[in-house]
Amino acid sequence: MRIDGRGLIDRAKPISFTFDGRRYQGYKGDTLASALLASGVRVVGRSFKYHRPRGVLTAGFEEPNALVEVIGASNHTPNVRATGQEIFEGLVARSQNRWPSLRWDILAINDLATPFLGAGFYYKTFMWPRAFWEGLYEPLIRRAAGLGSLSGKHDEGQYEKSYAFCDVLVIGGGPAGIAAALTAARAGADVILCEEKAHLGGRLLGDMPQLDGAPAADWLAAARAEMADLPNLRVMTRTAVTGAYDGGVYAALERVGLHRAPRADLPRECFWRITAAQTILAAGALERPIAFENNDRPGIMLASAVQDYLNIYGVAVGQKLALLANNDGARRVARQLIQAGVNVLAILDTRPDASVVEDCPVYLNARITKTKGRHGLRQIAGTHLNGEFVLDCDVLAVSGGWNPMVHLTCHMNGRPRWEASLAAFVPQTNAVPNLRAVGACNGDFSTKAAFIKGSEAAAAALAELGRKAAPFAAPECEDAPYVITPMWAMETSGGRYARAWLDFANDVTVKDVALSAQEGFASVEHMKRYTTQGMAPDQGKNSNIGALAVLADSTGKGIAEVGTTTYRAPYAPTSIAAIGAGGRGMGFAPQRFLTSDRLSRDRGAPMIEAGLWYRPSYFPKAGETDWQVSCNREVGYVREAVGVADVSTLGKIDIQGKDAAKFLDLVYSNTFSTLPVGRVRYGLMLRADGYVLDDGTTARLGENHYLMTTTTAAAGLVMRHLEFVHQAYCADFDLRFISVTEAFAQFAVAGPRARVLVGSMLAAPLGDLPFMGVTTAQISGVSARVFRISFSGEEGYEIAVPTRYGEALMRDLISRAELMGGGLYGMEALNVLRIEKGFITHAEIDGRVTAGDLGLGGMISAKKDCIGKRAAMRDGMVEENRAQMVGLRPLQGEVITAGAHVFAQGAALTRQNSQGYLSSVGYSPQFQSYLALAFLERGRARHGETVLVVDRLRGINVRAEVCDPVFFDKSGERMRG
Amino acid sequence: MVNLIATAPLGYIKPVTLAGTTLAQMDWAQITSIAPFSGRLADVDRALGKIGLGFPAPNTMTIRGDARIAWTGRDQAFLIGADCPDLGDAAAVTDQSDAWARFALAGPAAVEALAHYVPVDLRASALPVGASIRSQLYHVPACLMRMGADTFEVMVFRSMAHTAWHELEDALRILAARAL
Repeated sequence: MRIDGRGLIDRAKPISFTFDGRRYQGYKGDTLASALLASGVRVVGRSFKYHRPRGVLTAGFEEPNALVEVIGASNHTPNVRATGQEIFEGLVARSQNRWPSLRWDILAINDLATPFLGAGFYYKTFMWPRAFWEGLYEPLIRRAAGLGSLSGKHDEGQYEKSYAFCDVLVIGGGPAGIAAALTAARAGADVILCEEKAHLGGRLLGDMPQLDGAPAADWLAAARAEMADLPNLRVMTRTAVTGAYDGGVYAALERVGLHRAPRADLPRECFWRITAAQTILAAGALERPIAFENNDRPGIMLASAVQDYLNIYGVAVGQKLALLANNDGARRVARQLIQAGVNVLAILDTRPDASVVEDCPVYLNARITKTKGRHGLRQIAGTHLNGEFVLDCDVLAVSGGWNPMVHLTCHMNGRPRWEASLAAFVPQTNAVPNLRAVGACNGDFSTKAAFIKGSEAAAAALAELGRKAAPFAAPECEDAPYVITPMWAMETSGGRYARAWLDFANDVTVKDVALSAQEGFASVEHMKRYTTQGMAPDQGKNSNIGALAVLADSTGKGIAEVGTTTYRAPYAPTSIAAIGAGGRGMGFAPQRFLTSDRLSRDRGAPMIEAGLWYRPSYFPKAGETDWQVSCNREVGYVREAVGVADVSTLGKIDIQGKDAAKFLDLVYSNTFSTLPVGRVRYGLMLRADGYVLDDGTTARLGENHYLMTTTTAAAGLVMRHLEFVHQAYCADFDLRFISVTEAFAQFAVAGPRARVLVGSMLAAPLGDLPFMGVTTAQISGVSARVFRISFSGEEGYEIAVPTRYGEALMRDLISRAELMGGGLYGMEALNVLRIEKGFITHAEIDGRVTAGDLGLGGMISAKKDCIGKRAAMRDGMVEENRAQMVGLRPLQGEVITAGAHVFAQGAALTRQNSQGYLSSVGYSPQFQSYLALAFLERGRARHGETVLVVDRLRGINVRAEVCDPVFFDKSGERMRG
Repeated sequence: MVNLIATAPLGYIKPVTLAGTTLAQMDWAQITSIAPFSGRLADVDRALGKIGLGFPAPNTMTIRGDARIAWTGRDQAFLIGADCPDLGDAAAVTDQSDAWARFALAGPAAVEALAHYVPVDLRASALPVGASIRSQLYHVPACLMRMGADTFEVMVFRSMAHTAWHELEDALRILAARAL
């Protein structure tokens, strides 16, 4: 029911939405919970385990009961807290964890099975047979114990993430936070103020104290206006700071679009990483419930929530209210309700010695023993100092005191300190570097203290920053001491069904916690796991302290001694989609495109990923039935005419300096100081542990100038390796190097007619460029480098031009090659060509292979030292039993596959008997057979032997002959020309 | 006869203006990496002095007309928009012109757009006009230069230009939607 004249909602802007298919109306500024309460809806969800009807408990983000699904066009979001979800036109929400309907839920049968379903039931019952857990029990329990459902589709919503930096981060926009932010911003510091709710104000909004003798709203309006005028103050509402991390970094989650009708490109949420020099935590406190029998009935709510609904949303949550409290502050709620015209039947104070002066009956030493009303509270009954009471109330407002929100102070392993006078945990000071906790989250519960402590903390933070704070004029306001006598749980009637709830969200009762202690799970961390208390979406915000108080009672310890469980980030539920914003699908990694990319795609080439690069795998022609046909044709270009391929992805590192040669001798296993200018040498690079890191060719362009080529896969790795070696091992070597991978587009031209083709391109004749030579040339006025190197076994050239000319050069090369009966070849053909020649790639040098394994042991120069040399000489690295690279050829030309294992003939096909594996396989059109490179134990001594190739995944069991890995042109005549 | 036509990293692409902020691919410029050898900084500085520039301090750049020299790493700076003067054997000199795609980002949402991806304090107090830093644009390595309060130049590896452009455009689109 709405109360006229109260609340911050905009009554001129009605908004309609649906809940469980029914249409409701609320106002702009309403949450789903306030709008439903205003419409008289009492049951909004079913409990997790027993499927008990539940109503709204709180008015904040700690809500354990009112969890709903919000259904959007592209999203289906479960476990949305109705108390935080602002309504917008067209909002569709649905209750969860019930079937067939919220009112009639079949699984409410669980409630009757309570005597069997207590804590530990699952652990004890579903132990055997062991195999049933995954297949049967777990899915069954999952379905019964619901936390909403997902659509099963990708979340295609827009999300955002961003970084922010500030001098002072203020977390919480209540009186303490506002005082801190204003103080810091007035002094000129860059300030970010984060508030989880939609509006600044904190308890000023719900509690409505008088500030300077006027309504708090007046003071707030002035403060907001000043904030808007401070350019160095950034106010971020709807933003929950969720974690404190090293280096003053805080994570925060902003609700950007969740509170409004979806709009194109508007993100749902933004995940912030805020770095702050100083932080002020003014997160406030949360009111806590009191456990008594059946205290989970819809209509039993937190007193502060009843107050919020009245003062923020203009909603009287019931007609006949009662208040149960153990502290003085809660009385204010009753007074405000009476003032608003709500019938308050009685105040039930659990303390025997509290004041009785109110405008309604006050029962002292009150205990509730009975409540009625399954779908909504109808009656409560109990005892008090002078007898018994029975109250026909529809709402019971409960205040068990307040828990400071110490969470963020504990994210770096800090533990809160028990403060007996407050019956609450408060933060340890300096638990997080440069963070000061102030106001209610630090146990200072009065409004006045919040203002003063907030501004003082800001002044201290400013002093650290070398700034001076002007005095903050705190408004005159309430400064009452916090008076409380702890009351955690009341006696129940003791029957099997007598339950007093602690954790509403996970259906954990006082009895469960006591049982945990009784069964030996007496440490707070064990109790948590045994009962699941505190493991629901609210992470125990409503129940942790009550549960450990009950545990303390059960174990005969003090609360301080029992301690708390570990507070971990995130403080608030955080969607993975927000954390990973932008990373879905192609956003996962950068895409690197060749200059010939468009050209390849235009020719229908399927692109394959090589690291981050996209390379064409083959170029299909009309009439070709599959990739193998295309591949065979492309191999033929190179073997018979001329083929052209884009090889720009290979890493290129320009190395200059008078110690460049010395440096290369150190990083390569073989020698480069002896390489003549104008020549290219193949090099092998070892890791410090002696295994092969990479291979490639390096050209000497001048006396002190080299150009190194790396494999595509290891380009970044090698660059990093060179940086490390230079900085860590030989910083005194005078040289500089820089990647030029991206500066040049480079194309391989290979085949018997390659020389003719290359020659036709150049302004001047190529001359007698020897095999493994490099020269400069001019192509249409553009400086180019021409290398004579070969990865195919044919006479081969690579032409490098500045990248901007890459596409044009490629087009020209192709048309010339096609006129000569050749053309483009892709990665598949490239692979076949190099397998035929026994050339290695990272399929072979996979990090477990030594130079000796490759048959390249001789490349570790005996005349000099190199990175990895000593390690490569260790016993296990050189022993004869190691798997050595060989060629394999199936006896009948059958299909063999990379990854298959090799067995001696007649050996049992067991893991232990595997003698090696196939690293690369390709179909060679010229041998009309599959050919493989493989690693085989003592392989070099076994050429000519027949072995078994077995790939159980693909059902392959084939006899093959071990041979030299160079299948084609063993003498190398073709490439030397 | 061969005729080599130069292609820009993104080919021809129209500038995008969103949230009052414009993202544009910049024209090709001569970029030379200058890496002074040990003890030769003074010689390099002197040679650069002839074109009115000097070797920049870390995270800074100096601008003279169309020419600029920007710090890009340890013992390394990029001379942009000018031919490299003769440095003799004082420095390793490497042509980097074609290795980079250059984008200009200018407008009131520029800082916020970059803040989506660049994990660096972009406040003027930490990154003043004239700053030149190496960082990352989401997962693309980048050089970032602040030309004005709301004007930046971003350089990324040419092959990653599509991704970088897409990211920046995405950020601007989000910011435009937020501003509605």
